Amino acid sequence: MENNIQHADIYALAFHHRFQWEEAQQSYVILFPEGMVKLHGGAGEVIKRVDGKATVADIVAELKLAFPDAAGIEADIIGMFDMAVGKAWLRKVN
Amino acid sequence: MTQASLGDSLVQKEVHAQQQNNGVAANITHTQPLWLLAEVTYRCPLHCAFCYNPTDYDKHTQNELSTEQWIQALRDARKMGAIQLGISGGEPLLRDDIEDIVIEARKLGYYSNLITSGVGLTEKRIQAFKEGGLDHIQLSMHDITEEINNFITNTKTFELKKKVAAMIKNHGYPMVLNVVIHRYNIGHIKEILEMAEALGADYVELANTQYYGWSLVNRSQLMPLKEQIDEAERITNEFRQKVGNKMKIFFVVPDYFGNRPKKCMNGWGEVFMIVTANGDVLPCHSARVLPNMAFPNVREHGLDYAWKESPAFNKYRGTDWMKGPCVTCPEKMNDLGGCRCQAFLLSGDAESADPVCSLSPNHHLIEEAIAASKNPQIQEQPIIFRTDKNSKKYASGESTERVESFHALP
Repeated sequence: MENNIQHADIYALAFHHRFQWEEAQQSYVILFPEGMVKLHGGAGEVIKRVDGKATVADIVAELKLAFPDAAGIEADIIGMFDMAVGKAWLRKVN
Repeated sequence: MTQASLGDSLVQKEVHAQQQNNGVAANITHTQPLWLLAEVTYRCPLHCAFCYNPTDYDKHTQNELSTEQWIQALRDARKMGAIQLGISGGEPLLRDDIEDIVIEARKLGYYSNLITSGVGLTEKRIQAFKEGGLDHIQLSMHDITEEINNFITNTKTFELKKKVAAMIKNHGYPMVLNVVIHRYNIGHIKEILEMAEALGADYVELANTQYYGWSLVNRSQLMPLKEQIDEAERITNEFRQKVGNKMKIFFVVPDYFGNRPKKCMNGWGEVFMIVTANGDVLPCHSARVLPNMAFPNVREHGLDYAWKESPAFNKYRGTDWMKGPCVTCPEKMNDLGGCRCQAFLLSGDAESADPVCSLSPNHHLIEEAIAASKNPQIQEQPIIFRTDKNSKKYASGESTERVESFHALP
């Protein structure tokens, strides 16, 4: 993991980025100047919970509850954070 | 009007960049427009030599869509899935209803972008845009020197641009700068990037001139040398290393110096929809140069019809229209044969391979254009600036100056 995501880290969406559900595409997207990314269901579920208050551990726990059948979900979530931080979609607030 | 979205779109670059990434889908839609460009007016206080607007734009300055028509177009496009909105021109701020358009765009959930020269941006207006929910402002800059800025735009706007940049920053907007690169400023790339950094730019687009409209007329006057472009790219990469994530720099590579064409607009009618000042609906900025095409107009048809059913939007979708060498080319999906407008303007055949491609039987046209740009006699010809007077001459047929060799008025 390049960005060394810790369980106690708290993230928020980067400045000038917007996260929203797109009805026409049935997916979540992140919008920013000159671009957008369309997120898979799983990635959308992670970013949806990033609010500048919840820790990574909180989000992992919540998703484990919400998706009890998903094996190895924690590694996926941490991987998603790692990528989102690397892409500068998220900023660390603590 | 800058050239932000000509050729490879930044949206698509970002989307494609995600293809390999775990967790992020890249299944871009093939049936919905993602990007709506509203070219709300062709009127402009600047007279940039590189403008890609049509040379006959003057025809479309008296019949602009009304505020209500724009709002309806925004609603219709949003229903179809459009999400990124560019408000452009001409200079959009010459209209006094941009505030209303911005408010509606926010209500509808667009991520909206005002693409401006900065002329006409006041404290009062930027405040209204902020309150209305405009997401960002893309400011065109031209050079670090007052001399080149004022020369290439044929106006005295250098000081104003710096003031506007500060205003944008003060209002908490991301600083998005677009710099069209040509012979007159390509030697200043390092200084331009330093200026961008000093202004606190978050995004900088170095858009090498592509040759449509006024820039095609002025091609020999604007085209830099291949060596200069290579050097500019090297400096840009060096600067990227230095600033890291703080400032995102896009370097839009000029296609004339490549071996393969750009995947123009990421494919005809795939993700982009443009509504022009007079309501024409286009799949790309310069599509109106193409022969035997009737483009839909929002005064007669809804955008849904334009996108899905209009013969114009279906004409060059996919690969069925292709002929040799494209049709059997193993790389045809990489670039979809390049740009239809460029193929037609240069070769007279809209279905031929983009002459930029080294496999095109018309590739010599590009080599000749590059040679012409180095010819001192041709270089000496004056720039034809984008002015109403010059546009009237082209529109009326009074002038065909430097367009005889092209197969349509660009």
